[in-house]
Amino acid sequence: MSERPFLSTQHLCKYYPGVKANDDISITINQGEIHALMGENGAGKSTIIKMMAGASEPTSGTITVDGQTFTSLTPQQAKDLGIEVIYQEFNLVPSMSCAENIFLNRHTNQGFLVDAKDRADRARELFKELGVDIDPDRLISTLSPGQMQIVEIAKAISTDVKLLIMDEPTAPLTVAEVELLFKIVADLKKKGITIIYISHRIEEIFAIADRVSVFRDGHYIDTMKVSETTRQELVAKMVGRELTESYPSRNVELGEETLRLENVCGNGVKNVNFTVHRGEILGFAGLIGAGRTELMSVIYGAEPLDSGTIYFHGKPVHIKETSEAIKLGIGLIPEDRKNSGVFQSWSIAWNTVIMCLEKVSGKVFVDNKKEKEVVDHYVRELGVKTPSNEQLVKNLSGGNQQKVVLAKTLAADTEILIFDEPTRGIDVGAKQEIYALMNDLVEKGHTILMVSSDMPELLGMSDRLVVLCEKEQVGIIEKKDFSQEYVLDMASGTK
Amino acid sequence: MNIDKFFAFYKKYGLFVVIVVLALFFTVAAQGFMNLSNILNIFKQASIYGILCVGVTIVMVSGGTDMSVGGQVAISGLVLATLMKSGVPPIIAIIACILTCMAIGCFNGFFIAFFNTAPIVITLCAKLMLEGLAVVVTKGIPIYDFPKSFYVVGQGFIGGVFPVSIIVLAIAVAIGYLLLQRSYFGRKLFAIGGNREAARLAGINIFKTRIYSYLICSFFVGISSWVLLSKTGSASPTAGASYPFDAMTACMLGGVTFGGGNGNVLTTFLGVLIISMLGNGLLLMGYDNNVQQIIKGLILLLAMCMDAYQKIRNAKAV
Repeated sequence: MSERPFLSTQHLCKYYPGVKANDDISITINQGEIHALMGENGAGKSTIIKMMAGASEPTSGTITVDGQTFTSLTPQQAKDLGIEVIYQEFNLVPSMSCAENIFLNRHTNQGFLVDAKDRADRARELFKELGVDIDPDRLISTLSPGQMQIVEIAKAISTDVKLLIMDEPTAPLTVAEVELLFKIVADLKKKGITIIYISHRIEEIFAIADRVSVFRDGHYIDTMKVSETTRQELVAKMVGRELTESYPSRNVELGEETLRLENVCGNGVKNVNFTVHRGEILGFAGLIGAGRTELMSVIYGAEPLDSGTIYFHGKPVHIKETSEAIKLGIGLIPEDRKNSGVFQSWSIAWNTVIMCLEKVSGKVFVDNKKEKEVVDHYVRELGVKTPSNEQLVKNLSGGNQQKVVLAKTLAADTEILIFDEPTRGIDVGAKQEIYALMNDLVEKGHTILMVSSDMPELLGMSDRLVVLCEKEQVGIIEKKDFSQEYVLDMASGTK
Repeated sequence: MNIDKFFAFYKKYGLFVVIVVLALFFTVAAQGFMNLSNILNIFKQASIYGILCVGVTIVMVSGGTDMSVGGQVAISGLVLATLMKSGVPPIIAIIACILTCMAIGCFNGFFIAFFNTAPIVITLCAKLMLEGLAVVVTKGIPIYDFPKSFYVVGQGFIGGVFPVSIIVLAIAVAIGYLLLQRSYFGRKLFAIGGNREAARLAGINIFKTRIYSYLICSFFVGISSWVLLSKTGSASPTAGASYPFDAMTACMLGGVTFGGGNGNVLTTFLGVLIISMLGNGLLLMGYDNNVQQIIKGLILLLAMCMDAYQKIRNAKAV
């Protein structure tokens, strides 16, 4: 079999402030193969395909396509080279029809006016080729995610596509839709189209890919033939690293039950059951899109509970609003710190008391003395490094901002703390401080629910792990059974 | 199920139903409403807004908005009037009037696209500057008395009955329709208004397309400024103060969404027609402008609620 490279990268790097999203990646994609990219969340797979597609510019390094070498590509250049991408978030215009989206910004006929009928006919033809029946005149906003995926594929193959990149194409799909997608991908390969296929789901790689490249922490690790590797080897390469960070140990006696979920469904998540106790850190493991953040929203009352029961200290509660959750003593330290955790352009003091204004106010106005007491207390307690409490939050480092979020949540007298990605974007030293604070909190009798995509952190900090996969709970792992391989295996859905 | 059918019907024919209901109501309630000369009069009134709204629809579909259309009408009207007073042939003056608007549109578009600022803010600045400027340079005194031939478009009739301005309106709507609903360029406008990132990745030049949208909008504003002056015969520095709001009302009644991505020049015209009928009918019934405002506000509120309710229902169904 002739192995001619279609696309290769040479020492490709992409740095964001403080993050090396891709570091020195040299990878070769052969003509006509289905090449899978694998790696944990944040391994750098999406970053590299964005550079291949011209959607973002490399910091350094080169990309060679069909013998031509580039230091960076524009979206139009990539298209002209026959590279099409289907991103995880669909890039469709919801208010336009399927046919119009497929031929977006393309001159399908001569002249000034669009021949809409011709477009619809061609779209119908494409759908037929893909073996699906969708009315080309339907608006994108009325389609299911699976149908949108099909439109994206039709859009890609309507051009002279040579390399089709698919980022997590099966994530939003139902089982039947996945089968259809695999059939389509196999057909495309028969036509000689090269495919880069990104997926978290290991069994999918074995089902359709020819070769697989593994990424980890922004680095390229290895490329293997799928026929010559095993699931275990793949997982080992993906996990690879030793636990480089240490996690402070704690010795906490678990107290009484604080929160219990029974058959909880809501916000797309199904059948969640767990009990958590005073003094416990319960971790939530799962891949992106597994439904962890969605579940936290339900517990916090930001999204409605569809069925099942949440017990707070043994009593069933109906949390309809976030304010009710806060009143009960449930606090959320959200994933998107900058946008949903703090008010960037206000001071530390202002942020700290925003959730407990009654506590620091007289009848009408905020009582400056009481405010100062509360703020001083938490700034000292949590060790926020700042010259003054009037410092604007946007001028603080990520770690200190996170402490302000924590101060704000604790000042509202919360007992159960939901940490969603507590250390994302925080440097190593500050991470240690956050871990120490978390230990401190559980020692003082708080309960912590922690969602994290950082596997060592999850294993290092949690007492137990709830594993979610595709918006369903797939198991609870006890501390004694903790291992990266076991968790990853369970989270990638071997059923 | 019945409610779904009702909404499907409303979506397709709602505007027509409103027009028919209003027509029936005013036929009974307002004397002198239902006769040929008054109907033509309504269309004549609709012509200035109608032309303007073609432009505003184009800008709004692409995700923008233009608060400065009134200021553009005032300034370009003054340019047109002053040039004609100083002896420039009307046709040249008219071209200058349209170019004045397009220059302002270019200014709006550039600031919005280059700084990626909220269109409502930039065009509000333009509105304030233009409307103020118009009063300052004229000291508030209108300019009137132009060559006779100039009045043909605004006041003339074909065959003694059919107003010329309606023909200009029809041409403007037709051009707008072809441009927005049928042309390749129109697809780009819908795309950048509907999902800017998807448009960017499809290779559409967002910067250029946004500027063009304001240029085209201003082109139509220029035409309507010309028709307005020809109709009223007097260039007033305060002409058009209420235009941006009335235009947005008509566009949104006609199904243009505020964030962009949706809209149709033809249904916008139906929106304009509703607004004009209301104005005409209520005036015949003896109500002043303020009452009209109340009713316009109510109707738009009702239309928005219908849309929003429908969206909530759809979201639940999925």
